[in-house]
Formats: sequence, structure tokens, C-alpha cells
Amino acid sequence: MASVFTPKVVTANALFEGDVVYLAADGDWTRRLAEADLFTNEAAAALALLDAEARAHEVVGPYLADMTAGPQGPQPTHFREAFRTRGPSNYAHGKQETV
Amino acid sequence: MYAYTDFDHSFVRNRVAQFRAQVERRIDGSLTEDEFKPLRLMNGLYLQLHAYMLRVAIPYGTLNSAQMRQLAMIADRWDKGYGHFTTRQNIQFNWPLLGDVPDILDALADVEMHAIQTSGNTIRNVTADHFAGAAADEVADPRPVAELIRQWSTDHPEFQFLPRKFKVAVTGSPNDRAVTAAHDIGLRIVERNGAIGYQVLVGGGLGRTPMIGKVLADFLPQADLLPYLEAIVAVYNLLGRRDNKYKARIKITVHETGLEEIKRLVTAEFAARKPLFTGVDQAMLAAITAQFAPPAFDAGPATPVLAASAAYRAFVDTNVTAHRHPDYAIVTISLKAHGATPGDATADQMRVMADLAQSYAHDELRISHEQNVILPHVPRRHLPAIHAALSDAGLATANVGLISDIIACPGMDYCALATARSIPIAQEIATHFDALKLEHEIGPLKIKISGCINACGHHHVGHIGILGLDRAGVENYQITLGGDGTADAVIGERAGPGFGAHEVISAIERLVMAYLDLRTDTSETFLQTYRRTGLAPFKAALYPSEARSDAA
Ligand code: HEM
Ligand code: SF4
Repeated sequence: MASVFTPKVVTANALFEGDVVYLAADGDWTRRLAEADLFTNEAAAALALLDAEARAHEVVGPYLADMTAGPQGPQPTHFREAFRTRGPSNYAHGKQETV
Repeated sequence: MYAYTDFDHSFVRNRVAQFRAQVERRIDGSLTEDEFKPLRLMNGLYLQLHAYMLRVAIPYGTLNSAQMRQLAMIADRWDKGYGHFTTRQNIQFNWPLLGDVPDILDALADVEMHAIQTSGNTIRNVTADHFAGAAADEVADPRPVAELIRQWSTDHPEFQFLPRKFKVAVTGSPNDRAVTAAHDIGLRIVERNGAIGYQVLVGGGLGRTPMIGKVLADFLPQADLLPYLEAIVAVYNLLGRRDNKYKARIKITVHETGLEEIKRLVTAEFAARKPLFTGVDQAMLAAITAQFAPPAFDAGPATPVLAASAAYRAFVDTNVTAHRHPDYAIVTISLKAHGATPGDATADQMRVMADLAQSYAHDELRISHEQNVILPHVPRRHLPAIHAALSDAGLATANVGLISDIIACPGMDYCALATARSIPIAQEIATHFDALKLEHEIGPLKIKISGCINACGHHHVGHIGILGLDRAGVENYQITLGGDGTADAVIGERAGPGFGAHEVISAIERLVMAYLDLRTDTSETFLQTYRRTGLAPFKAALYPSEARSDAA
């Protein structure tokens, strides 16, 4: 039996600011994880990543990050992705001050 | 201090102009990230977890007040009002926008600074003893030779694509404050029969395979230095493992090839290269040395000794070191206020430090690998005024060398390579022991924290080292004990299984309490006690339940 696919979002850093961005369902980049498109299908996720990689003038280093579906949209399964939704813990900088 | 020549000025400006064009081409889409990444790294620009990061070199840790003020200006104008001083005597700005970086680099060039070779597989910023030129125990000021090496290595055509990064540190004092044994090449200035020469260590490094540098030459005559360094780097350039990034540092080359064989190869290479050095290097060294002439020390009139506050006395006891001139002192300004981020200074604090250097201390500042700032030449009569000004700026914490003077790398709060956070652990340890009011009772103790196996926080050479790891999706902290970064450097021993984030502070407290119990008297430091007793009693303190079950 095939192993269960962990849902994923496409994420990267914005080219100009370096800020963390996610691919939304409308194809735009969003700064909010809640608005990210959650892929539950492996092939669809892989295709979305390929598309994102072609948009090198918008973002840097796109990759697929594991998530679970939550009431507010995708939720990180790993602390690194949780930190990326907020910013550093020593100052209220990054997303926690803007989003 | 070294002043740029016309050549230096135009070289740095040209590099900025070049990079400006590269950034434009990246933004307009003509360069891909794969093409752009090596170009930005050559100019010190990283992409971290939440933003870009610009790493600016502070050569051998020396800067003047104008440079410090410019760093403050950059922090205010293009960053979030602060900068992070690192263990490699660099400053990192954590929030620059890509399009602003060329302007930042131009602003740096205005004060003879740059970010060249702060990244990439090149010879990096040459570091030196932060007390250089001021220390009472010094054979010679290491900075002229550090500057010579910087000029030789910057844009050196043969060494732009080494197998891996290459770090050089120089000390001019037998009390090694530059951790030379943990560098690819460590140089120690020594004197023999009245002549100055260098003890050359090779193959030190931390990271996933920590190694202490080995002595390649015990006494290298001064005039042989550059050809000898060139011979070492050339041998490494050929032998270094380009097939495996984790085996590419010279420490592995030396380990796999053997010191004797490396010595033979370097000697042969040196013989071939030495005749090509016609003495220009020595003329340059002489000219550079003249620029590092000590300031005109002037003790000034004796001032009446005022009744000092307890805070002032603690500051002088802890943060002030003997200077080579009896009426002078070296002041270490701690960037480790309890609960603050180790190594961070706000723009306002940078300006206060710049003003103090300019008004009282011959316009010189230093950055130490321990992430503090130093006023190297302070007439003792100005100490009270300096202490008062530092207190007003939140910079008078009297904790240098104590448990809260922690080195911490950026960890997962900033670094894309991190496996766990380091900064919050440092903050918690500092506030915890401050609340216990135990810090001065505990005495000299170096805690060093890295957020991954790369060991940027020097945890291997901490008396207590803390390494942040990811254990099945949870931050976990491994403790090493007995490391030492001084002249007789030692890599710490792993104490046992790691601790969760909420268990680390109490684990450190158990270690410290064990030490207070074990020490013969207050003069025996943590490290001395550890060396006397070995790991066992500390291990028992760290893992009390195991100790009980062993006894059962
Ligand atoms: C973007 C942030 C950083 C990145 C990507 C980074 C990357 C690395 C890597 C990959 C290594 C291991 C090299 C090897 O073993 O071959 C390393 C080592 C090291 N880094 Fe960093 N580092 C960063 C920040 C820092 C900072 C902030 C400091 C100073 C506080 C620092 C100082 C060092 C030191 C002292 C070592 C160990 C000595 C050595 O073996 O080179 N690094 N770094
Ligand atoms: S030790 Fe690891 S986490 Fe810390 S700065 Fe270096 S690479 Fe980043």
C-alpha cells in the first residue's frame, strides 16, 4: 500500500524582501500561511513546485513544506515552519510585526 | 589604524558598482538565483530564514568611531535599528532589502569598510586578539600582520575557489584570546633570541568534526610568512576534498594526509615560492606597522579618587583589564545585558560607544570573538565617566567572563541552517542566574551555544557547550563539558543525552551547583575543577536518576 501523503504547501522567500511567502490558490504569493493552498495530492504538489521554480524573478528557493489541515488553514507540523510563519523569538520583528 | 590607499578605495568602489549591476539584473529577471547566489555570497549577502542578511567584515576586530557611527546609521536607515556582532569579528545586519544592499555597501565604502570575502570558499576576514596593541602580555601587535594577510588574500587570483572556506587568526600574546587553535591557520607571534617569528598552527576547526590545530612550524622567520602561507593554501587547494563538502576543510586534509606529509609538501612548495617574493611584502609590512603605531599615551593629571559605588567597583573588577601602560586600562563593554540577545547593539548604543571612544579613548574600538565591544586604550582617570555613560545606555553590565557572558550563534531565530534556537537559551540562562544573584560567586565560566552542528557559537570550546539539535521534530540540547579555547585548546566532552528546551536551564543549574560543591575553594574555577575531577561527578549531577539506578 502506498504511504499516506502528508499535505504540503509551496513556500519560498520573496526575492526583494527575503520575507517568507506561500503559494495561494489563485497563483499569487501570500505572506500568510492561512491563505496558502494546501496540496493533498502528491502529483499536484510536485507540479505546483515546478511552476514556482519557474518564477525565479519573484521568489528564491521554493520548496514543499509539510502541513496539516487546521480550522484556520494549513498548520505547520515542524517547529521550523512554525517559526517561519512568525519571525524571530528575540524581537517582535518579521511577520509578527506586519501580518 | 590602517587607512585605505587609492588602490583600496577604487577596488572597493568598483566591487560595489559591479554588485549594484548584478542586483539590478537579478531583480529584472536576467539572472537566476543559481547564477546570482555565488555573486551575492562573494559580497557577504546571505538569505536567511526570514530575510536577507548582510555580513560586514571588521578586519581583526578594529574600528574607529566614524566607522561605528556609520554602522549605526546603516542600522537605522536600512535595517531595524540594531546590528549583531559575531564571533568572527563581523557585524551582521538581519533585515536589509535586496535592492538597498548596494547603497549599504557604498555607505560602508565611505568609511573604508566592505563585505568582500565574508562568505564563499575564500580566505575570510582575518581575526586577531581583541586586546591587540593594548595587552600587557603581548609580544607584538598582531594587526599589522593580519592586515598584510588581508591585503595578500583579498581577491588573490589563486585562492578565490578553494575547496572550502578558509579562516586565519593571529595572536601576538601567549595568552591566546583569538582561539587560534580552532582556525584553518592559527598564527602565534613568538620571540626567539630577540627575533620575532611565528608559530604556525594548521588544521584547526570546529563544525561537525572539531579539531585542534597542529603545529606545522614552530618558529617561522617573519620574512617567510607570506610565501609560507601561500605554500600552505596552495597545497590545500590541490589536496582538499572537493568531492565532499563535509570533508573539504583543511583540518580533514591534514588529518587524512598526515602532518608530516603536509609538512613535506608545504616545505617543497615554499622553496619554489619564496624566490618570487622579492621583499615587497616586507616593505609593505613595515609601512603597515607604522600605521599601527600605538597612540601617544598620556596619563594626564592624577584625579582624586572618589568614593565609588558598588556598581562601579563591580564593573572595574569584572570588565577592566590591565593595559601595557600602567595609567591606562582596557575596558570591555558587555553586549550581554541579562536577557538581551548576545552580541546585539542598538544604533543608539553604537553611537554611545563611538562617542566614548572619541572623547576618552584614542578613537579606537574593538569587537571581540566573544561578541563584546572593547575600548582598548582608556586612561584610568576616565573610567568613572565612561562607566556613567555606559550605565545610561544600558551597556554597563559587569559580567565579562562570567556565566551570562554567553556566546550564542543566531540559531533558528535567523539562520536557515539551524536545527534549533540558541538565542532564547542564552537569554534564559542569563536571566536565571542573575535572579539567583550567583554569577559573581560562580566566577569565570564560559558557556557557548550553537544552533546546529556547524558550531558557529564555538560550543566545542565552551567550558559548558550547548548544541541545539532537532530530535524527532523537537528542539533538543546536547551538553559538552570541559572545552577550552585558550592557548592549550581542548574540545569539550559530550556529557550524555540531550535535554528538551524547558529542561536545559535546570540542567545547567545542576552543573553549576555541582561545581560549587566540588571546588576546593573559591579560587578554583569551573574548568579547573572539571579537569581535576573529570566528567563523572558532573555527569551524576546532570542525570541524577541514572546515578541513583547505577548505585542501586
Ligand atoms: C547565515 C548565517 C551563517 C551560516 C549560513 C553559517 C554557516 C556555517 C557553516 C556551514 C559552518 C561549518 C563550516 C565547516 O565546518 O566546513 C560554519 C562554521 C562557523 N561559523 Fe558560521 N554560519 C553563519 C553564521 C555565523 C555567525 C553569526 C558566526 C559568528 C557568530 C559564525 C562563525 C562561525 C564559526 C566560528 C564557525 C566554526 C569555525 C569553523 O570551523 O569554521 N557563523 N558556519
Ligand atoms: S551554528 Fe548552525 S545555526 Fe548557528 S549560525 Fe552556524 S549554521 Fe547557523
